[in-house]
Amino acid sequence: MTSHANNMPLEYKTQQSQMNILGFWVFLGAEIVLFSTLFASYFVLEHNTAGGPTGQDIFILKDVLIETFLLLTSSFTCGLAIHSMRSHHKTGLMVWTIVTLLLGAGFLYMEINEFIHYVHEGASIQTSGFTAAFFTLLGTHGAHVTFGIFWISLLLIQLARRGITEKTASKFFIASLYWHFLDVVWIFIFTFVYLKGMVM
Amino acid sequence: MSLDEFFVTGDPLILASQIAIGLTMIGLIALITYLKRWKWLWNEWFTTVDHKKIGIMYIISGVLMFFRGGVDGLLMKAQTSRPELEFLDAQHYDEIFTTHGVIMILFMAMPLLIGLMNVVIPLQIGARDVAFPKLNALSFWLFFAGAMLFNVSFVIGGSPDAGWTSYFPLAGKEFTPGVGNNYYAIALQIAGIGTLATGINFVVTIIKMRAPGMTWMRLPIFVWSTFITSIIIVAAFPIFTVALAYMTLDRLFGTHFFTVANGGDPMLWLNLFWLWGHPEVYIVVLPAFGMFSEVIATFARKNLYGYKSMVYAVAGIAFLSMLVWVHHFYTMGNSAAVNSIFSLTTMMIAIPTGVKIFNWLFTLRKGRIEFSTAMLWSLAFIPCFTIGGVTGVMLAMAAADYQYHNTMFLVAHFHYVLIPGVVFAVFAGLYYWWPKMFGFKLNEKIGKWHFWLFVIGFNMTFMPMFFVGLDGMSRRMYTYSASTGWAGWLGFSAIGSIILAAGFAALCYNIYWSFRYASRDVGNDPWNGRTLEWATASPAPHYNFAKVPEVDRLDAYWYMKKEGNTGLKKSDLKPVHMPSNSWTPIFLAVVFGVVGFFLVFEWFTLAILASIGIVVGLVANSFDYDDGYHISVEELADEEREWRGDLQ
Repeated sequence: MTSHANNMPLEYKTQQSQMNILGFWVFLGAEIVLFSTLFASYFVLEHNTAGGPTGQDIFILKDVLIETFLLLTSSFTCGLAIHSMRSHHKTGLMVWTIVTLLLGAGFLYMEINEFIHYVHEGASIQTSGFTAAFFTLLGTHGAHVTFGIFWISLLLIQLARRGITEKTASKFFIASLYWHFLDVVWIFIFTFVYLKGMVM
Repeated sequence: MSLDEFFVTGDPLILASQIAIGLTMIGLIALITYLKRWKWLWNEWFTTVDHKKIGIMYIISGVLMFFRGGVDGLLMKAQTSRPELEFLDAQHYDEIFTTHGVIMILFMAMPLLIGLMNVVIPLQIGARDVAFPKLNALSFWLFFAGAMLFNVSFVIGGSPDAGWTSYFPLAGKEFTPGVGNNYYAIALQIAGIGTLATGINFVVTIIKMRAPGMTWMRLPIFVWSTFITSIIIVAAFPIFTVALAYMTLDRLFGTHFFTVANGGDPMLWLNLFWLWGHPEVYIVVLPAFGMFSEVIATFARKNLYGYKSMVYAVAGIAFLSMLVWVHHFYTMGNSAAVNSIFSLTTMMIAIPTGVKIFNWLFTLRKGRIEFSTAMLWSLAFIPCFTIGGVTGVMLAMAAADYQYHNTMFLVAHFHYVLIPGVVFAVFAGLYYWWPKMFGFKLNEKIGKWHFWLFVIGFNMTFMPMFFVGLDGMSRRMYTYSASTGWAGWLGFSAIGSIILAAGFAALCYNIYWSFRYASRDVGNDPWNGRTLEWATASPAPHYNFAKVPEVDRLDAYWYMKKEGNTGLKKSDLKPVHMPSNSWTPIFLAVVFGVVGFFLVFEWFTLAILASIGIVVGLVANSFDYDDGYHISVEELADEEREWRGDLQ
């Protein structure tokens, strides 16, 4: 079922790959709705601190900035990985993907530390409406990053075994869409949770 | 937790069900073992990725759930048939109206519609299967796991009892302790993931897998309505996912999303629930509209009147469906301005819906109408649904709604929308597409019994609810005093529900009778159809089409027949690529069900241990590089000769 368009990149070569990629875009559409709901609920509840700490009380902007740099850089290296893939450079794809995952793991490490810090400050998920919405929004994003690290690790094994084929290429491409999407969500979190929380 | 807390005890009805369920399970397992059918079940059904078989499994589950939800309904009707009856107590009544609502919407209407979509859509667009066959199987099995988990609640642990809407703070741990509402949160979550995957699957299938020449304005109308429905699924179900996750966190982990204390906000649940819940109404009704359109055009022997306006109307309804959710709680403290806006958007839905009603009527006008059973359901739908629609406009007026809100008038309204809109459509679709699924028709004479009993029973059951509702009877009342004067109406309604049930029994008898005695000689096109599903054998072969048909206009098959262009040349055949069966979908769904069950009881260690199964399933799936197999030209030619005679 090879497509007639031969000048397409490798990941778009078969009809099934094209459908997989389109299907993943539609899935990301559903993810946008999911995160929009989490954000909207957060905006409803963010001032309901019920006498517990507010965002301003507990946020440490320096750590959040480091997390942001880690994740944004990982999105860049993820792009480099796909760039290597397009030029059939297996080692490049491998190395840049591993760098991406390491940066992602660094982000997760910082975020978990941040959460522990908040709990010590008396802001656990059970404290108030604000903390419930905050931890759920951040936690859902963090869980996505965690899932992505495990998923892409599996893809690396497949890449090592099979090399860059039509199938592995479309898998890596889809994983890269996912990774960039998490970055986009983080930009909204950084802006509308942390920055807004520090000023308002 | 002791054993008598684990099993629901102390009620003779439930004890009888427990015994019946136990015996049925043992009987089924014994029967399958005796007939040596396990291997067959596993290979042909449990691991199948064939859209037609998955569709049939959806339909079987839907009919079973219809029975369960119907029994709930009959129990409620029996309880309110006379004043001050002691048949059910208040707690039991609460549980029953909750499970009735959830099961009828999510586990009856949804699977029956998605089942028919599964069977029909790939055939109507001339495709070999859906875009992601394995994901399709996963959708089904997740739905099934969710449905089973939800149904187990009434014998193990206790049913949810806060209404199908499960409003907070009532549905929270504080006011509804026990595990019943945990079942609600977790079972619906599991089924919902499956539905979301179905939505994605059909969006891609319809965009990418249409037959050559089938441009957007040549799509059969049922494909259009399924496409738009799938988009609403993708846009609305994630909201429910989040709402249910919050509910789970509140109930299991003591967070404060919807509680009254500690900064929670119960109105957040209402908004999220209806932001999903109202589009959900259109998710079930739009495919139904599509089915009616197909059936009416076929049996009026005319092309559908106003095809393009139908498409725009469906799209318009889908758009507006996202903008009306507040009309479910006009009385809960919104400002007059907010209520007015939502009142307007709600009434605007009547416009595209009216367009559709008139299109159906104009399709019938001057048609050569054949009163087949499928057509009868479609004809009865128009007046019955219009009653539901007009009372909907009454409810849409915010000021007047203060009178109707949460009365039986509302209950009557949505049953008049959902039963003609969805159930009649499913019946029409079943009679219409039955030969394509099984190779024989359902009996038309028993079908007419089914039709008349059901339609008369339906009107007798629900029409009186309008009157008692206007007289002030609120919904969800488990009993009432004789001095209200409602006994006559409600007694009449109870009798109607028995006739309704007799109609359903006639359907079951019809399936049994036709399975045993109906003629197997129906040909590929028993109704003189207009769309591509009739261009291939009945039942449809596993590869659907030996050669994918080319489409040059709307109602393509109708014109192919007219131009004598339905033959098949052997030289046109090419090997057909087919996907392989897979064990991962059913395995993952079973694990999801088990994890869900442990979570319901808050046995977290067990839940985490069982989750390893999910990881195993996902890893196995990621490493699965199975490319499927090919059917050779010779095999295709042999199978095609069986129903076509000689090839050209």
